[in-house]
Amino acid sequence: MIRKTVDVAVVGGGPAGLSAALSAKKNGAANVLIIERGENLGGILNQCIHEGFGLESFGVALSGPEYMQRFIDDVEKHRIPYMLDSMVLEVSADKKIIVSSKEGLFEITSKSIILCMGCRERTRGQILTPGTRPAGVYTAGAAQNFINLKGYRIGEKAVILGSGDIGLIMARRLTLEGSKVLAVAEILPYSSGLPRNMAQCLDDYGIPLYLSHTVTEIHGKKRVEAVTLAQVDERFKPIAGTEKKIECDTLLLSVGLVPENELTRKAGILIDEQTAGAVVDEDLQTSIPGIFACGNVLHVHDVVDYVSLEAERAGRSAAEYAQGKEKKPQTIKTTPGEGIRYVLPHQLSADSDVKLSMRVMAPARNVKLILSDGDRVIKTLMKTRVNPAEMIQVTLKKNELAGCKKIIVMLQNAK
Amino acid sequence: METRFDAAVIGGGVVGCAIARELTKYKLKTGLFEKECDVAVGTSGRNSGVSHAGFYVPAGTFKAKLNIVGHELMPSLCKELGVPYIAVGKIVTAKEEDEREYLYKLKETGEKNGCKKLRIIDQKEIKRLEPNINGIEALHSPTTAILDPFLLTISLAENALRNGACIHLNTEVKRIEQSSDGFTLETNNGKYAAGILINSAGLYADKIAAMAGITGYEIHPCRGEYHLLDKNKRNLINGAVYPVPPKELGGLGIHLTPTTDGNIMLGPSAEYIPEPDDTANTSEVMDKLFKESYEFLPKITRKDIIKSFSGIRPKLITPGSKSPADFIIEESRKIPGFINLIGIESPGLTGAPAIAKKVAEMISKIRGGLVENPSFDPTEKPKIRFAELSNREKSELIKKDPDYGIVVCRCQSVTKKEVIDALNNPLCARSIYSVSKRCRATLGRCQGGFCLPKIIENLEEQHHPQTSDINYAGKGSELFTGKKEGIE
Ligand SMILES: Cc1cc2nc3c(=O)[nH]c(=O)nc-3n(C[C@H](O)[C@H](O)[C@H](O)COP(=O)(O)OP(=O)(O)OC[C@H]3O[C@@H](n4cnc5c(N)ncnc54)[C@H](O)[C@@H]3O)c2cc1C
Ligand SMILES: Cc1cc2nc3c(=O)[nH]c(=O)nc-3n(C[C@H](O)[C@H](O)[C@H](O)COP(=O)(O)OP(=O)(O)OC[C@H]3O[C@@H](n4cnc5c(N)ncnc54)[C@H](O)[C@@H]3O)c2cc1C
Repeated sequence: MIRKTVDVAVVGGGPAGLSAALSAKKNGAANVLIIERGENLGGILNQCIHEGFGLESFGVALSGPEYMQRFIDDVEKHRIPYMLDSMVLEVSADKKIIVSSKEGLFEITSKSIILCMGCRERTRGQILTPGTRPAGVYTAGAAQNFINLKGYRIGEKAVILGSGDIGLIMARRLTLEGSKVLAVAEILPYSSGLPRNMAQCLDDYGIPLYLSHTVTEIHGKKRVEAVTLAQVDERFKPIAGTEKKIECDTLLLSVGLVPENELTRKAGILIDEQTAGAVVDEDLQTSIPGIFACGNVLHVHDVVDYVSLEAERAGRSAAEYAQGKEKKPQTIKTTPGEGIRYVLPHQLSADSDVKLSMRVMAPARNVKLILSDGDRVIKTLMKTRVNPAEMIQVTLKKNELAGCKKIIVMLQNAK
Repeated sequence: METRFDAAVIGGGVVGCAIARELTKYKLKTGLFEKECDVAVGTSGRNSGVSHAGFYVPAGTFKAKLNIVGHELMPSLCKELGVPYIAVGKIVTAKEEDEREYLYKLKETGEKNGCKKLRIIDQKEIKRLEPNINGIEALHSPTTAILDPFLLTISLAENALRNGACIHLNTEVKRIEQSSDGFTLETNNGKYAAGILINSAGLYADKIAAMAGITGYEIHPCRGEYHLLDKNKRNLINGAVYPVPPKELGGLGIHLTPTTDGNIMLGPSAEYIPEPDDTANTSEVMDKLFKESYEFLPKITRKDIIKSFSGIRPKLITPGSKSPADFIIEESRKIPGFINLIGIESPGLTGAPAIAKKVAEMISKIRGGLVENPSFDPTEKPKIRFAELSNREKSELIKKDPDYGIVVCRCQSVTKKEVIDALNNPLCARSIYSVSKRCRATLGRCQGGFCLPKIIENLEEQHHPQTSDINYAGKGSELFTGKKEGIE
């Protein structure tokens, strides 16, 4: 085994990993290392050739690879070393990382570690779609990879299940490639994608969206021949009599993302079952001191710019930890209240301004977002529209946190 | 002139492959025909993967005898062929007072059949063996084992091939004619001649017999659906956990079975269906499977399911029948030299090695003796599983071949070298199915979302297929409908 020692090891070389590594370096960590299993840096953004990245951070609409190139150039400029085609097999609580690569099996000991493994797609098996199991059923991300990176045509007539952003983007991509998208079905009564993607990917191409619908059966022995769509009731059960069979050769699934926390769990790090990511404090430190998490492995983000920003914070914290800087006690606990699915981070100090990230349970109009410490309202924000697809961020000032023991976030009707 | 075999086997399931391999122990030119893209695509790849001890089968039957002998032969066979086999043991649990009696009956039947080490255990001992399972009393069978049914079938076929058998994949037998010295087989890949014909076509065995004019067999397909759980739930049970079966004659009841790869399977159900190849899953059964399993094991959630699938039993009895049917393994009286294996349902996987020996005896009788093949080599190299090695061993392997250092399937930690070896399998099976069953890539929690593009990259590097030849499991299951030029 090849042994190595570094100050900050970054697991994953996607948007979160690169931003975290750069920030660690800029905050004084001498010896930073990025470990990436793919053959390039950039993560999932490499296959996202559509535009719409970087509006928040750079003020221009970039494609995925363009957005990433800015970070990759910066990584090169700062001479941050990276390992490619290198799979992290294990992260241990004593901060040793086992990596498999062509050059050999590495054991890397690091003062601090930043977890940036991203997420994977939910599959047909996990949503329990009945029917046969033919070829032609793809997760939207896998389809995107085949089409955008390999030039394959995955089918001629497609139905898409799930109106998440990847599903919407793929509806447009397939149409542009000359395939016919017959329907997008969404089990919820509202789309789970960003409104701008709804407009630009479906409406502009006249692709029908069936809300409160799901696929109740897949047909075809060898290759998909048809799918049955049906309307669902408020408990998501298909309503008898509403079935329609649509002939197609392809079913794309865009039915949710799952943070890739196998390494995290194996290391013994505490997980929040709501986000399926680690429990973290305002430094993005997990339950194991010196191990940090950011990006989609922590919680699924809607916009990559927020990933990069969050990762900057994690990078800074990891650098400080590696340099032995003292840490502020994290005494304030955050809790999602009525109408809120989750709030991050889970613990705060009252020592600096802090940005909270949260998502609501369901879409709503004209609501008040209330942050309180249980007795006293700290902050109230009016929102004309909230949507589970869109992450909400709220900054709390240091003085607003003074004297708080906890922060409860809830939604209330504005009237 | 067409190729002529002394013995031709129809069907590349575990039984057909075991027979073909057994026959290569003798000086017999042996052929095997399988209509699908690989072996183990039929029932042999869709079952509980259990080597049964032999207490379910009625005493005195063919089933009982072949089960017991098969179960005895299985550990050494798996060892020879490098196939995972783990004697995890099994409990059949009674939950209600009135189920206790069934356990004693099972024990009695088992002992009559010759099962070893069966015992009745109490609640306390159930908790000791299976802390997450509730039951008032149970039958414990420590010798019951799990095995990898895909690798067993594949290794039997590959070993048969290495010892001289011809394995024809993608070759469907369409017509059978008697000739002066045996049979002529018409397939989609040309004609073949055979002295002796072994019909081991599973769910289609009645149709194969009928092709030769042998009527009177009728197979009733009976589907069993399963759910497969994420590996992170494997430690919820230690061995196989079965209920007292439902009163109707359908199967053994919905049980929990660990796989040798470290998952748990929930199932199977039992429904008679019209078509022998309808392996769909249905929403009602999927729901029922989960609910019944949940009663057994409340620590599971629907989120733990990574995949559902089904297998079909070739039953000789109809839904209403009161008594089980025995295996039919006989030479046709009407057409000498034509051996039929009909109704090989459970415990057919367990019984396969014994069935193979039985068929070899029948052939020996027909031919008036068999001559041993002195160069027969019973062993196959076990497949290397990078994920299961220690860090030292991993390190050594990568030094030997750097392709062991590149992990292609992240969920199961399957390396590029293992994928390449699977792609270059001796049967020349090139579909994704064949790769995944050999090296286990695509079978984890992401079900190929991550590694499928990489497997295809390797397939292209190794074999340069046309886009239309890249398929999931044989012709008709093409993955792509075209490719743009100029993209790397
Ligand atoms: C003992 C035992 C252990 C098992 N362990 C596992 C296990 O660990 N993991 C597991 O997944 N299954 C496991 N199985 C189930 C096994 O996969 C099935 O028995 C077998 O594949 C037949 O089921 P199927 O009908 O799903 O196959 P098929 O219908 O032939 O194939 C369907 C499978 O192929 C995949 N697929 C479909 N289209 C494509 C495509 N275009 N490209 C790539 N893949 C595609 C699907 O995701 C699906 O998983 C096990 C079965 C047994 C008997
Ligand atoms: C739900 C379920 C659970 C089970 N669990 C167990 C268990 O735990 N333990 C156990 O011991 N047994 C079990 N069994 C039984 C076991 O799986 C079978 O007995 C065994 O797999 C039968 O093997 P086979 O080779 O006879 O049939 P198959 O595997 O079906 O093989 C027959 C082959 O013939 C091919 N074929 C058909 N027609 C043609 C043609 N015209 N030309 C060429 N090829 C053709 C088919 O494609 C197929 O591959 C179970 C079965 C089921 C359904």
